[in-house]
Amino acid sequence: MSAHVIVIGGGLVGSAVAFGLLGEGQDVTILDEGDIALRASRGNFGLVWVQSKGDGMPEYAQWTRRSADLWSGFAEELADESGVETGYAKPGGMHLLLSEEALEARRDLNNRMHNVNGAAGYGAEILDRKALLEVLPGIGPDVVGGSYSPHDGHTNPLRTLRGLHGAIARRGGRYISGAGAQSITRDGEGYAVETPKGTFRGDRVVLAAGHGNKWLGPDVGLDIPLRPQKGQILVSERTAPFLPMPTHVVRQTDEGSVMFGDSHEDTGYGDTSSTDVIRDLSANAIRCFPHLASLRIVRSWGAVRVLSTDGFPIYQESESHPGVFSVNCHSGVTLAAAHALELAPMIAAGALSPELGVFSAKRFSHD
Amino acid sequence: MTDPSPRRLDESGAPVRFEFEGREIVAREGDSVALALAASGIRHLRDSVVSGDPRGMYCMMGTCFDCLVEIDGQPNRQACMTPVSEGLNVRIQRGAPVVGESA
Ligand SMILES: Cc1cc2nc3c(=O)[nH]c(=O)nc-3n(C[C@H](O)[C@H](O)[C@H](O)COP(=O)(O)OP(=O)(O)OC[C@H]3O[C@@H](n4cnc5c(N)ncnc54)[C@H](O)[C@@H]3O)c2cc1C
Ligand code: FES
Repeated sequence: MSAHVIVIGGGLVGSAVAFGLLGEGQDVTILDEGDIALRASRGNFGLVWVQSKGDGMPEYAQWTRRSADLWSGFAEELADESGVETGYAKPGGMHLLLSEEALEARRDLNNRMHNVNGAAGYGAEILDRKALLEVLPGIGPDVVGGSYSPHDGHTNPLRTLRGLHGAIARRGGRYISGAGAQSITRDGEGYAVETPKGTFRGDRVVLAAGHGNKWLGPDVGLDIPLRPQKGQILVSERTAPFLPMPTHVVRQTDEGSVMFGDSHEDTGYGDTSSTDVIRDLSANAIRCFPHLASLRIVRSWGAVRVLSTDGFPIYQESESHPGVFSVNCHSGVTLAAAHALELAPMIAAGALSPELGVFSAKRFSHD
Repeated sequence: MTDPSPRRLDESGAPVRFEFEGREIVAREGDSVALALAASGIRHLRDSVVSGDPRGMYCMMGTCFDCLVEIDGQPNRQACMTPVSEGLNVRIQRGAPVVGESA
């Protein structure tokens, strides 16, 4: 049965869901706010990252792993349909450790994850400095070890988003910019979404507007608790390949640029760069890889993460407004494959499967 | 990739000489390296890191990073942001340079 689904938000989350819905034969219109919007999908680091995800919620660890397993096929599908190579690679990933305490804390985390998920579901192992030097010979003297997971990888997030938009158009989906949703109301069996570009009608609605979900939710009986968290990123000039796998602080792109990331700030919805954070990011990256000190930085930016208050994704169908789904997550790059290939088919079928029940926003209400 | 008939609109300014791939280029004071090369009919400044295809100037204002060349042994210099000076040694940049001490 084909329905007309309106997806509100054309970032990585909305686009991945829209791509998957079209693959299930649904008719899809994406309404997107426009260039002035807060857009995490255009400012992120590009990791497809499994290790460390889901401490405290094993279902999230498994869901993340599921997405990482689907990513290669997903990237191929996007390239075939859109002609855009996402630059996805899965050489494994390394979390570098700069002190014995950090190493022990990480060992504990990895052990916890193993105990809960089993080796197959997680699989990060601690490497001591000697073992680490064999994989990453460029590390600095302060690095005491690393945590390695073969399930980690990275991609170019902008090309991933462009690939999705290209493939969506090829599958017959519509993307409408400058169409920020202002309200959602019932309209017969379906819903009407009011925007500056006019009113759009759909049988179903997917809220994938990032922070916008917080403001749209009340229209449809959903309380989506989200908080902003800024991350800043630096990009260097291109340099010959020196880093065979991404780390959580720096990664080298397929074109040779080095990205420095991993800052976390609570500065509301502001996304400006600031000197102190840029300084710390650089200093930390240079501690990890001293030869980066001679690289010139060519660009920097800030972007605002979309975090639920406990950091785990929110997937939920509204009880008062059936057919309206809310989708929110932090790691929208990592989860893009699962959103397209697992979540979208559930929405197309009209209900989230019970295994996603733990991700409901009901977990935040304590009554 | 050379331009067969480059044309300089403003001929004023004292001549400044530098080398591009061993060839002498006569620029004018105040030119950028990219401008001087364009005015001499040279458009091929580097080879793409990814495809190896030739690349040249694009924005001429420091934002696109397409015009990277090696100047006096230092790679990744933006030709459009570097003023000419007497005796510079400019070379085509081939692929991704090794920057700093190699790992
Ligand atoms: C610095 C940083 C680093 C990150 N690193 C990683 C990483 O390495 N790996 C990873 O997996 N994730 C990473 N993330 C997270 C990832 O970028 C996000 O999870 C993902 O981009 C969220 O996508 P989204 O579509 O939900 O949100 P957004 O990209 O914010 O998109 C929301 C969209 O909704 C639209 N919108 C808003 N309101 C409305 C409205 N009322 N009507 C219509 N449209 C509306 C906006 O125009 C926008 O396009 C990072 C994020 C940041 C900020
Ligand atoms: S031509 Fe664009 S940076 Fe030089």
